[in-house]
Amino acid sequence: MTLLEFSRGPMLHAALVIFVLGVLWRLTSTVLAARRKNNAEPRVVGGPALSGGLIAVGSRSWPHPEFIPRTGFGEAVGYGYHLGLFAIVLLGAPHVVFWKNLFGINAPFWPTLPTGIISVLSVVTVFLMLIATLRRAAHPVLRRISNFDDWFTLAILYALMLTGIMAVFGIGGRYETILALHIISFNALLIWFPFGKLMHAFYIFPSRFVNGYMHTKKGAAS
Amino acid sequence: MNTATQSFSASSDRLSPSQREERAMAAFAQEFGALAALNLESCIHCGICAEACHFYIATEDAKYTPILKAEPFKQAYRREASAFAPFFKLFGLKKKVTADQLEQWQELLYDSCNLCGRCSLICPMGIEVADLIESGRRSMAEAGLAPKELLDRARKQAESGAPEQPDKPYPELLNEIGQANGLEIPLDRAKAEILVLAPRNDLEGNPAAVAAMVKVLQAIGADFTFSSDALVAENYGYYAGSRGLQKKITQRVVDAARKVNAKLLLVPECGHSYTALRWQAANIIGEPLPFRVRHVTEYLAEQLKEGKLRLKQVSGDSFAFHDPCQLVRKGGVTEAPRALMNALGLELKEMENKKGFSFCCGGGGGVNDLERAKPLRYRAQELKLREIDDTGANRFVTSCSDCRVAFADAAEHFNWDKQPESLVELVAANIKE
Repeated sequence: MTLLEFSRGPMLHAALVIFVLGVLWRLTSTVLAARRKNNAEPRVVGGPALSGGLIAVGSRSWPHPEFIPRTGFGEAVGYGYHLGLFAIVLLGAPHVVFWKNLFGINAPFWPTLPTGIISVLSVVTVFLMLIATLRRAAHPVLRRISNFDDWFTLAILYALMLTGIMAVFGIGGRYETILALHIISFNALLIWFPFGKLMHAFYIFPSRFVNGYMHTKKGAAS
Repeated sequence: MNTATQSFSASSDRLSPSQREERAMAAFAQEFGALAALNLESCIHCGICAEACHFYIATEDAKYTPILKAEPFKQAYRREASAFAPFFKLFGLKKKVTADQLEQWQELLYDSCNLCGRCSLICPMGIEVADLIESGRRSMAEAGLAPKELLDRARKQAESGAPEQPDKPYPELLNEIGQANGLEIPLDRAKAEILVLAPRNDLEGNPAAVAAMVKVLQAIGADFTFSSDALVAENYGYYAGSRGLQKKITQRVVDAARKVNAKLLLVPECGHSYTALRWQAANIIGEPLPFRVRHVTEYLAEQLKEGKLRLKQVSGDSFAFHDPCQLVRKGGVTEAPRALMNALGLELKEMENKKGFSFCCGGGGGVNDLERAKPLRYRAQELKLREIDDTGANRFVTSCSDCRVAFADAAEHFNWDKQPESLVELVAANIKE
């Protein structure tokens, strides 16, 4: 078995199992934690309170104007590389083929971006990630609150992005080897996903919703 | 100015470090619910919460990052209750919260946090950071590490209803306030529609505000009484983080309201008592309250709407209004004070950060009571005073006595040219007969 066969065969399957079971377990443990009845008389109930939750799911993606002067740059960089990652993962032609094969789906409507655009996006995304990493290392607040999870997650993302760029531009060695390293990086991301901060992909919407719902029930700012 | 970590003050010196750790963990365990789990699981360490916190903005000291203040709680959760807790524990990936660590965190949880909740508004993940800090305070109180000033007052209030031994008993003070202002203040009536509380700050330091509230209630013909069993609005159990003492103090108020068959519990100009009574009381005693809880400005705005309260116009001055965090940002009492100011015809000059986004006065959450926190508080307050000055208003009004105390102290410290005024006093002085 070659490294490439291993990476997209048994290793990928094991990583997927760990990813699915780990994510389910982590979400289940959160959902099953004790819930306390709220006996306080709400100011807003029913539909409007639920709407407050749903609005917060969207509105928290954009900072309140009061905060933009202090947070605008950091948030732009953060959202910027997230958008770059999404575009590359979901609209890059090789990735679309990978997803279709992995899930055994035939989706002729799935659009792709030209390779040139994906290449530029990849470089821009890595550049934004570099800025985010430098901020994490240099900004006193980020440096103080960062832990192993932050640095390890970034390391996996760099491995994934750099091996991807190397594969696209044909640099760094045999294509099969680079591709295998790229897939191994992806597998590492899947394996690490349930244990660290990558889980924010699943927590972000319920967390925002609950915040918006609870605040709206009190008539408070959200 | 020095903002180095203050030496901690233990409210109980009898506990050994291991006893403190055990008690803190037991308190943390009580806080590990679904909401806390969601908040704790969601943090991405983006640090944005620092940019909402007046203590961080004023000092640029990373230790004042709000989510860092909740670190012992996060650490305990990961190690003891999270999905992979056994894994974290087995491989020593999350260390045990130690008594030393808790001692270091006292300043962060008490001196440098007003529980104002501005951090909860900025978080892109929607984490209730202020709630996590409150949970942190609860473990500190159980570990005997709440600041002595707060816990001693909480104990006294739970026992006697008064956080400190006043020069004169509060009922006597109330009677004197009535006599000095030509008012007959109803106290300990057998039955009343409304049970009214008074801020300790005002009873002792600004009796005119208490008299003003009584004057307005009498002017609109309200059926009300004070109770000598529960006269004080503040809840020092809440400030200290002691769930047990908070419950006892709350129960005292709830029992007094039940005793007079009150339909309404009227919270005076005090922000934290609004949170403690409006949003937490029913949960801490474990059942819905048999009466409504409203802030005095909410109640007066209702009376205004019903035409029972009519006000004269105030002219010649411009006003800045401070939105108390517990009332506005966390409590939703945003429009009521503005309805009153509008009825008074005030020329209101809003601050850059207003309503839900207002900066805290710096004194809430028990910080006013911590002498050692003053230097740090003043630094945070400079931001706020500057914003008030920037409005160009020549008068300054608010609807929380704790905020007034904080601003009055800052005014003296900085030789500021304004004095915080009570909105209810302004209303009382301008009732249209």
